[in-house]
Amino acid sequence: MKQNVKKPILAVGPFHPLQEEMEFFQLTVDGEIVTDIDVRISYNHRGIEKISESLQFDQVPYLVSRVCGICSASHPLAYINAVEELAGITAPERAQYIRVIINELERIHSHLLWVGLAGHFIGYDTVFMWAWKYREPVLDLLEAITGNRNNYGNVRVGGCREDIPDEIIPKILKDIDTLEKKTEMLTKAVLDDPVLHVRLKGVGTLSKEDAVRYAVTGPTARGSDIAIDTRRDDPYAAYGDLDWNVITRPEGDVFAKAVVRLLEVLEAIKIIRQAVKKIPKGPIALEVKEIPPGEGCGRAEAPRGETFHYVRSDGGNRPIRHKIRAPSYVNVPSFRASCIGEHIADVTITLAAVDPCYSCTERLAVVDSHHNIVHDYEALLQMSRDRTARIKKEIGAPELKMEDL
Amino acid sequence: MNQEELNNRLLEIKDKLIDIEHTTNNRIFLLCEAQNNYSVCKFLFEELPLRFVIVTGIDSDDCFEVLYHFSNDETGHVVTVKTFIRDRENPSIESITPLIPGAEWIEREIHDILGIEFKNHPNMRRLILSDDWPEGVYPLRKACPERSEGTKK
Repeated sequence: MKQNVKKPILAVGPFHPLQEEMEFFQLTVDGEIVTDIDVRISYNHRGIEKISESLQFDQVPYLVSRVCGICSASHPLAYINAVEELAGITAPERAQYIRVIINELERIHSHLLWVGLAGHFIGYDTVFMWAWKYREPVLDLLEAITGNRNNYGNVRVGGCREDIPDEIIPKILKDIDTLEKKTEMLTKAVLDDPVLHVRLKGVGTLSKEDAVRYAVTGPTARGSDIAIDTRRDDPYAAYGDLDWNVITRPEGDVFAKAVVRLLEVLEAIKIIRQAVKKIPKGPIALEVKEIPPGEGCGRAEAPRGETFHYVRSDGGNRPIRHKIRAPSYVNVPSFRASCIGEHIADVTITLAAVDPCYSCTERLAVVDSHHNIVHDYEALLQMSRDRTARIKKEIGAPELKMEDL
Repeated sequence: MNQEELNNRLLEIKDKLIDIEHTTNNRIFLLCEAQNNYSVCKFLFEELPLRFVIVTGIDSDDCFEVLYHFSNDETGHVVTVKTFIRDRENPSIESITPLIPGAEWIEREIHDILGIEFKNHPNMRRLILSDDWPEGVYPLRKACPERSEGTKK
């Protein structure tokens, strides 16, 4: 008799226009507790590794910047690192600094985007509005430097395509000064808020051991006390000349990951300020005639973690193999370790904490086979928000004060 | 673990390897035959220990290559285990997923696109290819036509 009872299945995914990759999560639930999770990906497989074999070395950066809209500076840079390594090329110093500035601006806008969405998921829409407001000037800066808000297409083998004009430098410094103050206030508002402590601490914990077994990277690893950062460990571009801190937290829960990201925004501002002051004059690119046979491993620290590219050349003008590993590819499977045993209302924020593509929750549906009840995404989002509201009421906390920001 | 220690430790598994290549300052390639992949990866992941990065599958001219990339974050080294599967008809290799759960997806992906069998993999369902993709057509093999029979209307 018992075998005949179907386990309730919670289906999450797969389609959402914000997501760079469709994902489908099937959660098995017992009451309100998640007992198993199954992930299905590749609804939108574009065969980029295969296409890359048909493009010339100089065309590939434009292809790989389209791997992910948000990480559209990190992927080309990791690819360039691999090709420059196999060809034994070192780009001019000015180009290395330009690469740093663009990549750190990308990190800031990506982290602020995450902070906003995380706030939205737990019913803090004020955080959403403010974080996205602060993000806007960062995109404007990227547009002023590269011509695009995303998909910058600014790196090439041997250097950069566009220089940073001197007249933009004061604007960069002014804008990041303003952003630093705003981010500090936002960080303080999050750290001091008693509701957020109760709501996010101890939720979706990824232990250090599991983080190693699932080989996670980026803020997901650093939130679980693993101090890895490709920028420091295997310096590329001009990161070796700059001084900043690798932020880690020991707890491994959602709160830890949020704190890591917020503090990393402040570190990124520190890096940009130094880079803008130290950037030397000179050429921004070398002429590269041909790529010799060989193989190279290129890495770059994207906002979500280490992006890894492996490139093999046979001496022709196209790569014969180009492997791409985006950070979410190793971060997403860690849900098996962080979601099982959690409350359904916490799943949205736990999934979002890895910053895979938050939007995976858009087509969220609970199918309870006993009662034939279907909860959709809105209902689950509401569960998450109700839980926050309950906690607020229980501890009698005041509303998050944002008016002084 | 500094660079010297890393180099010394790698010598402990020398008898399982064909060769050790240092391509640049911090890139090391360990060449080995397919039957030694599990023990070499186990040594790197558990004994040293290095961080698992990803696996690359390559269709070379006369064999399949499976490259296991590991990272030593203290020195910035990427240590790559380059294994050669000589049997092109029935390519197979031991799965490292029981050792490293983080390798589950990539082994399924390589199985999909290159047709390499991973022995003792706990969950060999399709990952990348769609459900209606024809059996036995492996899109990343060099011999695979640009548009296979299965995708033609």
